[in-house]
Formats: sequence, structure tokens, C-alpha cells
Amino acid sequence: MKPAPFKYIAATTLQQALSLKAEHGDEAKFLAGGQSLMPAMNFRLARPAVLIDINGVDELAGVRRDAGGVRIGALRRYHQLQRDADLIGDYPLLGEALPHIAHPQIRNRGTIGGNLCHADPASELPALMVALRARLRTRSTSDERWIDASDFFVGSLTTDLAGDEMLVEIELPSLTPGTGSCFQEVARRRGDFAIVGVAAMITLADDNTCSAIRLTFCGVGETPVDASPQAAALVGHPVTEARIAMVAEEIADMIEPAGSVHATADYQRHVAGVLTERALTTANQRACNGR
Amino acid sequence: MDADRHDVTLTVNGVAYRRNVESRLLLSDFLRHDLALAGTHVGCEHGVCGACTVLLDGLPVRSCLMLAVQANNHELKTVEGLAGTDGAYHPLQQAMHDHHGLQCGYCTPGILMTMTAFLDEHAAPSEDEVREALSGNLCRCTGYQNIVDAVMAAAMRMRS
Repeated sequence: MKPAPFKYIAATTLQQALSLKAEHGDEAKFLAGGQSLMPAMNFRLARPAVLIDINGVDELAGVRRDAGGVRIGALRRYHQLQRDADLIGDYPLLGEALPHIAHPQIRNRGTIGGNLCHADPASELPALMVALRARLRTRSTSDERWIDASDFFVGSLTTDLAGDEMLVEIELPSLTPGTGSCFQEVARRRGDFAIVGVAAMITLADDNTCSAIRLTFCGVGETPVDASPQAAALVGHPVTEARIAMVAEEIADMIEPAGSVHATADYQRHVAGVLTERALTTANQRACNGR
Repeated sequence: MDADRHDVTLTVNGVAYRRNVESRLLLSDFLRHDLALAGTHVGCEHGVCGACTVLLDGLPVRSCLMLAVQANNHELKTVEGLAGTDGAYHPLQQAMHDHHGLQCGYCTPGILMTMTAFLDEHAAPSEDEVREALSGNLCRCTGYQNIVDAVMAAAMRMRS
């Protein structure tokens, strides 16, 4: 298990990386953290002819704040996100979900952009980005696009990125005051692939009724599953146990997990229902406490 | 296609090396074969077992998921760099010995690199924290209990 031969180029600027990608197209792969690409290359499931290493492109590694929210460079590593107290303070959902992503050694290398571009359906971050209504900025040599996270993931390991594009930045909009969130996951072992993961965000109005809700899943479909439309049954009402149970039941019916050696589809459905109840209950409590 | 080769300069355990490597050479193989630092073990070669864990600029990483060429201008530490210059064991090495934290020893270098870095940041860890920090390193001999005992003992010793 060693990678097939390739030409390695360490890019030092974004423009250089984009030019190389434009030149080599689908023959070339960007190498960021490499925590998914390198295993695929070691197995020779991936055999890029050209590897464009972007680890030295500093302009991709920063975090910027503005009035509308925060912009995270695609090269930001998991452990950097975990240790960013301001970021975790603003988006507690990230702080709760990041420890579920693989193991410390992987989190020291893996990047947010690499994760999203890999688009593993069991991965936490895509579901989180959809829940947080993130917008993803891509660049090519000649163009720039903003893609809603909900449109970015088009299939298992497949994104909306074109052959000459790179995901360069992730924008998280500021959360509405009165929002509580919760991430819950069941896996065989902490850090393993999610059997089911759920991200919930509830915003409460002054009278404690639900004014907005986000609910997304990982591990139960080809892409992150956005169950916010189903959860919207809570909007305009107080968030009661009975209403949460109703939503959980509907979601267990709605999702179509594939099942695996670790969990049958029925079991995944069951877990999705249970985790929905837990996540919505906790998110609601946190929204109450935060007000 | 002609082999794609690059010059790399890096430091391992405080020693500077300069080598010319093929781009597809994994960092794990570079350490073992080119530098003859065979203490770093190679298990799964796809980032699951943790045996090949080394410190890259102080942080534990899987050396099988990095290319040697990527280590250019970086500083590495491997299990060979843990003991003192006088040969005295690192407290965790001693504790692993005292608590029978290893049997076949294959996973041990990776565990030592992961957990010494963990102990540097967590002076007084709980057992749960230790188990979670260990979760990226597979051991098929010990059942982990003795490794956890060793890490807890090393933490206590390093505090005193």
C-alpha cells in the first residue's frame, strides 16, 4: 500500500495553486490535511497524476470576523477550530461536534475545507454547515462563487465544485440571539464514523415559543440530511416534550439510511428518533437558559 | 514516468537531515528506511491504527498519512527522541514498563508519542480523558487497562 507515482508541487500562493489546477484539471488533486486523500492514495483508490500541496498557502488558513459572522479559511485545521475560544463561544455547535471528528492525531492535520470537499456522508461537518446555513466561497483562476452549504453536497463524496475550483473560505452567519444548539452522535467508539449524528438549533421568541429551528443529520443518507422542514412543525409553538416526540417520530419515518455492518437501517432510524428528541430537548433548554 | 524527486531538509529529534526523496515516499517509510529510525512502527498505513504516530512541530500526527516531502522545513520527534540523553526513560516509558502497558510492543511507539504530547497539555487528566486521548491508537494485546494505568501513573509522577 503505497501511493502510485505522481508529480508533487508545493504551492505557496492561492493564485499559483489555482493556476496549477486549471492547467492539470481532474488529473490534479489539492492536498490539504490529507487525512482522507492519503488513505485513498495508499490504497490506490485515488491516483492523481499531480498533487498540489496547499499547506503552505497561508492566505487559506485564517479566521476573519465581520458584522455578519465569521469567515473560516479552508485550510483551518480541526484542532485550531477546537482551540478557538471566540469561535466556539459564538458557535457552540462546533465545539460540541468537533471532538466527535476522528482522533487527536487526525484533528491535528485535517482541515475544514478538506473535510467539506471530501463530502463523506457520515462526516459531522457537512451536516453542521447545513444546520448553520454556512456559505462556501470557491475560487478558480477567473471566477469566484458563493455556494450555500445546502447546495454544495450533491452526493456521497461528491460536491458541486468544478474541476478548476477550490473551496477557499467558509462563512458562518451570526446566530440570532435566543438560539440554543445541541449536537448528538452515536458511533461504535468516539471518533468512529457516525451511525447517526444530529445537529439541532432552536431560536426562541420572547414568549418562549419557537421562532426558528434547524435540524440536520449525518450518517443517514448520501449527503447531509436537512430535516428542518419537518422540525418546522415546532415553529410558533412552545417546545414541549409531546411536540418534540412528534417531530422525532416523523423524522425516523422520513430518513432512508442505508444500514451497514455496524447498524441496520431500522436501528439507524430508531437512533435518529432518540437523538432527535435529546438534541431538540437540550437545544431548547440552552435557548431558555441563554435568554 | 521518471521518478519525481525533491530535496528535503528537516530535523528529527534535534538532528538535522538533508535527503532527496521520491514524492510518493510516505513519511513513515522515510523515517524507517531513509533515516533508519525504525522505532516508528507501521501498522495499517491508512490512518486507523496509530502505530506510526510521530510529533510534527510538537503535535501528534499519523506519519503514514503524510509524505516525506511535506516534512520539508519541519521539526519531527519520534520515539527515539523520548529518552534523555543519558538513556533515562521518559516518565511514561518507565510507567509503561512498571504497569505492563505493553506485550508485543508493536503499538507502543505510537502510544508513547500520542500520550506524551497529551500529558504535556493535561497535567492531571481523568481516566476518561486518557481513554479518549488513546482512542486513536489500537492495541490488540493489553485490553488498554494497563496502558491507562501507566498514563495515570506517569501523570502523577510528572506532577510531583
